[in-house]
Amino acid sequence: MNQPASAYFIEDRHDPNETHTLAVLVQNEPGVLARVIGLFSGRGYNIESLTVSETESQKHLSRITIVTTGTPMVIEQIKHQLDRMIPVYRVVDMTLSGRAIERELAMVKVRGTGEPRVEALRLADAFRARVIDATTESFVFEITGNSGKINQFIDLMRPLGLVEVSRTGVAAIGRGPEGM
Amino acid sequence: MSDKSHDPNQMTGAAMIVRALIDHGVQHIFGYPGGAVLPIYDEIFQQTEMQHILVRHEQGAGHAAEGYARSTGKPGVVLVTSGPGATNMVTPLADALMDSIPLVCITGQVPTHLIGNDAFQECDTVGITRPCTKHNWLVRNVNDLAKVLHEAFYVATSGRPGPVVVDVPKDVQFATGTYHPPRKSDVHVSYAPRVKGDAMQIRKAVALLASAKRPIIYSGGGVVNSGPEASKLLRELVEITGFPITSTLMGLGAYPASGKNWLGMLGMHGTYEANMAMHDCDVMLCVGARFDDRITGRTDAFSPGSKKIHIDIDPSSINKNIRVDIPIIGDCGDVLGDILQVFKAEAKKPDIKGWWSEIATWRARKSLAYKPNRDVIMPQYAIQRLFELTRGRDTYITTEVGQHQMWAAQFYGFEEPHRWMTSGGLGTMGYGLPAAIGVQVAHPDSLVIDIGGDASVQMTMQEMSTAVQFDLPVKIFILNNSYMGMVRQWQQLLHGNRLSHSYSEALPDFVKLAEAYGGVGLQVSKPADLDGAILEMISVKKPVLFDCRVAALENCFPMIPSGKAHNEMILPTEAADPAAFFASGKALV
Repeated sequence: MNQPASAYFIEDRHDPNETHTLAVLVQNEPGVLARVIGLFSGRGYNIESLTVSETESQKHLSRITIVTTGTPMVIEQIKHQLDRMIPVYRVVDMTLSGRAIERELAMVKVRGTGEPRVEALRLADAFRARVIDATTESFVFEITGNSGKINQFIDLMRPLGLVEVSRTGVAAIGRGPEGM
Repeated sequence: MSDKSHDPNQMTGAAMIVRALIDHGVQHIFGYPGGAVLPIYDEIFQQTEMQHILVRHEQGAGHAAEGYARSTGKPGVVLVTSGPGATNMVTPLADALMDSIPLVCITGQVPTHLIGNDAFQECDTVGITRPCTKHNWLVRNVNDLAKVLHEAFYVATSGRPGPVVVDVPKDVQFATGTYHPPRKSDVHVSYAPRVKGDAMQIRKAVALLASAKRPIIYSGGGVVNSGPEASKLLRELVEITGFPITSTLMGLGAYPASGKNWLGMLGMHGTYEANMAMHDCDVMLCVGARFDDRITGRTDAFSPGSKKIHIDIDPSSINKNIRVDIPIIGDCGDVLGDILQVFKAEAKKPDIKGWWSEIATWRARKSLAYKPNRDVIMPQYAIQRLFELTRGRDTYITTEVGQHQMWAAQFYGFEEPHRWMTSGGLGTMGYGLPAAIGVQVAHPDSLVIDIGGDASVQMTMQEMSTAVQFDLPVKIFILNNSYMGMVRQWQQLLHGNRLSHSYSEALPDFVKLAEAYGGVGLQVSKPADLDGAILEMISVKKPVLFDCRVAALENCFPMIPSGKAHNEMILPTEAADPAAFFASGKALV
């Protein structure tokens, strides 16, 4: 094995990366989000998307949804590392459970007149995006769906005068009657 | 006036802190005063139940508390001020997190209305210490203080132990609120470490152990952390299975070095027999260790033919570096107890005579051998003599970090757990002297020796003053070769023998230095004088700096070079011609 002079064992890892969506139930207390984000940056994990909001205010519970990528061993580590944090109640791998619904909301601003403007409106209708703001030369569309659908919509808007996009990131929930 | 004024549980935040410490049985606390903790120091002044040890630098307080904790099994407690007091604590906190040492550190903070204003001696203590603590808290309301303090003790000492920080703004220390003694509900419901191992997994593990032809037990610091009972159970398991056992640096003493199944330490500077047995085994039982990179060597060539059982209280240790076949989440002591019970009931000692004879051939390589010298003290010889002359005494050993640390691990035989305090994970130079002070505080009548190097020991030398002030007769046994030996060894091996800044051109006169502090200095450079000097050191009832001048260019072997597997160790015989060896250094990697 060829490697530079080092006090550490330097290895290439060849396992393929996977993308997983994790739902994390946490005590809503100061610094809890910083702990979660610090864990990811400190240990070199990826964050593709992160959403957080209080979900049960009486119990001070917040739900964080994280989309991350890594080798299967790294994904397993991420879950264990999250789970051992003191204010974390539960970590559920929504991708492994295979029965999760993922949704994202995006607001998409498109500027144009004439035919492109009509085309943007027509496509928005096809994607069930709503117009939530309009001027004579622009629209703001609100669209919800999985990330793929939103990516597709944004790609279609690009040649029609896309100005900017604001996305919430992914929220996920399991199907069926049971909670996490 | 309401009745509240007579309520004994009504008190200031500062009083609550002292009260909570006493309620948790704290007898000693290590610290350094400053503006943001003066109210707490005022309370300490007015009580007698707990003794405060004044250090000379906050880092010293942290390492002293680590030594205290590691040698007693109780949490170490530290009190430091805001800003620089807190940042100076960062190294010991990171050290304690890596080695799973329970510490409760209370930091002062600027008053709440000044937080975020860049006030004098302000820093974001919880932000800075977040990644180097198990958990931390900023207490903004005096009525939360009691709960947080109790939770802090629980979190630090339960599950996988670790350091915690409670940051208390000065106005909260002055404010009056209601205290309550420790109670169950003080803990986050989301925190419930698992202690008991899964019964099915334990049965599977026993079946695997019973079927082993070439088994090995690889134990670690988790066994020591679990308490003396775990070490007893480990010894019993070795006895009834007849398996060979090796240990990490942190786990030394859990199984006695004089035990017949002992293979010595494993890993980068472990023995040949331990590493070869790890490489060639068919069943590995890992108890409270974490497959650290100093242990595994090349992970893709680590023990390729074995089934692995891993007992650990921290699920995140499982499958982190090495994939294991039977993970068991739980406390080492509990799980070992269950394994023993099932083993006794359902299995019998497997016949592993062939394996032991294979091990005997590895042992015969005498991987720890070194060339004796009649004129110069070999560092290994110094440790051997220190061991022989302190044998049978009530001795605790701490170390700094470097070659001397590895020689201490190789040549000092530890018979009991909690007797060996070293910085394993973080590798903190300057750990040993303050750690020895902490150990001596906990065990005032024991012999406490810091095995140090001339470079490491200067990093926290100021704590000699603490030792003198509190009549702590710690013995600082310095293997002085004028080099940062381990740095030099790597430069020789990997960087073409270019010794960039690893030589100390100007060392202090350690004898005069000891005397300047009010301690005793001893210096020895001839092997013939060594025993007498060690005996003198032991008999002195004061702190001693022992300047042991050793062979300057000796290196630490055996060694697994980087990028190599366990069965590719360099043995001292192969390293006998340093010139030839080092010339090929580059090619080694």
